[in-house]
Amino acid sequence: MNIDKEYVSRIAALARLETSWEQAEKFAGQFRDIIGYMDTLNRVDTSGVEPFYSPSENISVLREDEIRKTSERSEILANAPHHDGEYFIVPRII
Amino acid sequence: MYKDVRTLCSTRQLLQKKEIKASDVVQKCLENIRKTEPGIKAMLCLREEEAMKQAREMDRQGPDQDRPLWGIPMTIKDVICTRDTPTTCGSRILENFVPGYDATLVQRLKQAGAIILGKTNMDEFAMGSSTENSALQTTSNPWDLSRVPGGSSGGSAASMAAAQALGSIGTDTGGSIRQPASFCGVVGMKPTYGRVSRYGLVAFGSSLDQAGPMTLSVQDSAAILNVISGHDPLDSTSSNAPVPDYLSALEKRKDLRGLRIGLPRQYWEEKMSPEVEAACKKALEAIRESGAETVPTDLPHTEHGVAAYYIIAMAEASSNLARFDGVRYGYRDQEALELMDMYRRTRSRALGEEVQRRIMIGTYVLSAGYYDAYFKKAAQIRRLIHQDFMLAFKECDLLCSPVVPFTAFSLGENVDDPLQMYLTDIFTTSLNLAGLPGISIPAGTGNETGLPVGIQFMGPAFGEELLLQAANILEQSLPALPFPAALNQ
Repeated sequence: MNIDKEYVSRIAALARLETSWEQAEKFAGQFRDIIGYMDTLNRVDTSGVEPFYSPSENISVLREDEIRKTSERSEILANAPHHDGEYFIVPRII
Repeated sequence: MYKDVRTLCSTRQLLQKKEIKASDVVQKCLENIRKTEPGIKAMLCLREEEAMKQAREMDRQGPDQDRPLWGIPMTIKDVICTRDTPTTCGSRILENFVPGYDATLVQRLKQAGAIILGKTNMDEFAMGSSTENSALQTTSNPWDLSRVPGGSSGGSAASMAAAQALGSIGTDTGGSIRQPASFCGVVGMKPTYGRVSRYGLVAFGSSLDQAGPMTLSVQDSAAILNVISGHDPLDSTSSNAPVPDYLSALEKRKDLRGLRIGLPRQYWEEKMSPEVEAACKKALEAIRESGAETVPTDLPHTEHGVAAYYIIAMAEASSNLARFDGVRYGYRDQEALELMDMYRRTRSRALGEEVQRRIMIGTYVLSAGYYDAYFKKAAQIRRLIHQDFMLAFKECDLLCSPVVPFTAFSLGENVDDPLQMYLTDIFTTSLNLAGLPGISIPAGTGNETGLPVGIQFMGPAFGEELLLQAANILEQSLPALPFPAALNQ
């Protein structure tokens, strides 16, 4: 995969980031190094190896679906950059 | 452990016997902070007044035998939520974030009587190996102010080395407790994945993150681990495994006789600086003199640990950090006219370069067409690395290796070469992939730089008791470190 600055900009858009051309240029070189290094994993034959996604043995821990009050609305809204006391306010969506 | 510096455990005894007051202990730490902080800049937030007020109130009520950390001042890495105290993660995006709740581990420390003195600096969102990625300030190594303290828990490590508190909590996703502990000459322990609740720990790599103690002695780490370990219904990955009394376990072993300590060839034969090799080999002699047998062993997939680790850590980070979107907390760009633009502008302006780099590579390795080639492949290598450890622990009780191939590097030395920075994690990342516990203790100082060198023990899952016992015995058989010279100037 040839990672150039256009490609970096496309990844940035997927990640909801934006990059200047200079930064995309710099990242392109660094990404080639880093992803090139990651490509060394292809030297290992992993056919038939079950992926290991978590060291935790607790799979699907279930509990009763009970309502529990954990926080006050005001405490949560206190950290919001914009709210009306009831809801988070965001810029126009449509 | 330094000569003549009071540890958590020795202070605790004096407190319980009423020979000193909690307010004196807090006062002493505050004095050390005033003296050392201009040089090292380890703290992001200091709760000076609140801590003193709390200590005086505790003194009025008198010591409580049932609270094992009664009157003990501690610092907390700023990635761990503290109610009513800012929690920035070293990022501009959370510069004004004040959590409405305590992380479970903070709640447990408070219940045990600890006094939270402040929050420590770190690489932004724990992404880094030098603390230089903090968006808020640069922390220096107490042994040489022109060098890094390591990272990402560099603030906690530097703070402990300067005796600013009696214990600190760091987090270790790929070595972020053990590596700065090694660079700053303190003890740093990464518990088994699931031993300590992650509730309230701002997530970076959810399958790798684990909080643990950073202290001046192994005994102190055991005392803290006693308090923070255990199942938490708020973290479904936290373990139900019973929590032994780690501190009293230390009394039960006086030497290392009967233990087989494995020395992974792939670690010991790796390129490392002569002074690190010399200090670690000297520590091995001490291990053998204490009665243990050291045997060469193999972890054949070690060379792939760093690549597999960074794929998984970046993938998990790209997903976890999607929550920083300027809606519910943190910074928001005010100029955007519509939502998507607001997301992009907010994230690009308030997240640092390394964080953006990792989110983007994480996005790449998870994207359609590349998922199997990178993320699944890395998870398969992770299985092989886990199997390597399982096999090694069939013939060995513990493993032992250096923590970092060299001593603390200079500020600015690796900032322009991210891959070079990642490769410094060669001896630490595999343990996180396997979810196993490890502890770094000072092996001594390097004969070339005079800087601390760490050595680590690694153990099987939930083998913290033996890990701490062995580290405690090794610590006692090695000469104490002098107090960092840079702090006496």
